[in-house]
Amino acid sequence: MNLTLKIWRQKDSNAKGQMVDYKVNDISEHMSFLEMMDVLNEQLVNSGEEPVAFDHDCREGICGMCSLYINGEAHGPDRGITTCQLHMRMFNDGDTITIEPWRASPFPVIKDLIVDRMAFERIQQAGGYISVNTSGNTQDANSLPISKHAADEAMDAAACIGCGACVASCKNSSAMLFVGAKVSQYALLPQGQVEAADRVKNMVAQMDLEGFGNCTNTGACEVECPKGITLESIARMNREFVKANVKG
Amino acid sequence: MSGFLKSSIGRKIAMALSAFFLMFFLIIHLAVNITSIFSPDLFNELSHFMGTNPLVQFALQPVLVFGVVFHFVMGFVLELKNRKATIVKYVQDNGAANSTWMSRNMIYSGIAILAFIVLHFIDFWIPELNHKYIVGMPEDPTRYFGELQHKFVPVWRVIAYVVAFIFLGLHLAHGFTSAFQSMGSTAGRKKTLQQIGKAYSVIIPLGFIIVAVFHFLNH
Repeated sequence: MNLTLKIWRQKDSNAKGQMVDYKVNDISEHMSFLEMMDVLNEQLVNSGEEPVAFDHDCREGICGMCSLYINGEAHGPDRGITTCQLHMRMFNDGDTITIEPWRASPFPVIKDLIVDRMAFERIQQAGGYISVNTSGNTQDANSLPISKHAADEAMDAAACIGCGACVASCKNSSAMLFVGAKVSQYALLPQGQVEAADRVKNMVAQMDLEGFGNCTNTGACEVECPKGITLESIARMNREFVKANVKG
Repeated sequence: MSGFLKSSIGRKIAMALSAFFLMFFLIIHLAVNITSIFSPDLFNELSHFMGTNPLVQFALQPVLVFGVVFHFVMGFVLELKNRKATIVKYVQDNGAANSTWMSRNMIYSGIAILAFIVLHFIDFWIPELNHKYIVGMPEDPTRYFGELQHKFVPVWRVIAYVVAFIFLGLHLAHGFTSAFQSMGSTAGRKKTLQQIGKAYSVIIPLGFIIVAVFHFLNH
């Protein structure tokens, strides 16, 4: 198939960016979206132009690095996948495809389609962990009884890969689905109880400090999340936050 | 407490709490208004009670005014914060693919409702305060029905009310279940509550519209 691509080009974080049109021809419908981007970049390199910078790593849908806003949706028009798992069969010959970076003030553009998602790392550092002794005395995980239901829900929340599609899709650039998932995965397990109050308070404080917007429950995040994290994570975080504040 | 209210989640919960109070108030207000269709006497009686009962006047009314003002002010504060978080907009954004129009435009339906409340205060609340506390006219328990009918004579006011209540319906269509979600309840995601929310967001505005149109046609 032959396609027209409208891609955001921005030299660096201080430069003023703009949309630039490119043509790519003979794209196979079996290619992944990122392979199509590789074809474009090869074309650009061969003609002496600067290739388009975009994030990618595992290309297996598990690392959370790829991050494109394609035709007005995070990770493109398909559901439950990251951009690397998006295939060109979702598009038609002659289509014009718009490709933009995540847009959110706490995710500034570094170059072209790459944004700085370190705000997520700082939120994680604020409380997204449990303090356990791992110096050779690690207990067998099965020594603590955990209900199947709680374990399943915790695992569902832990599926979050921190790609930022939730923030990118949210009209308010809210990070509550991400933080909700990180709070939930520990809130549901006994290991997470000891630091539960500090965790939710510190992570929410860091989230607010980073400048993410407030959640208005539009639900766009859960629709676009490649890992199926639901608004129930946000509801649980809200309950944990109230509980932590009531305890003082 | 001030720390709680400065946090994003604290504000979200405060918005939901004020929303619950306002949604409860709408039921009471509509229940009183509906009586004007079939019994002017009952409407007068209930309005007289609401207008003179000290508990309603000096306990519930200030809470209501606070609830209304708080909901609007906090709505604008959060909207400004959210706009700051999204300074650069997408060239192409397909919001309809993942969310409802109502959920994305709460600020606009809210502004329409605010404009209506200003008109409603000018129409009813300010004349009421003037009647009772400024001019200090003696209370006439039979005056309310006539005042209501008189208000719905001009067609422009009826149209303004109908339009405002359509916006109220759009606001409630998202707001009802959203308030449960903000409170940390997953009930809003269950089918039953979603259907109750849909019914509430249609019945309440429609009820108010019927009252306005009825008095316009029968004055």
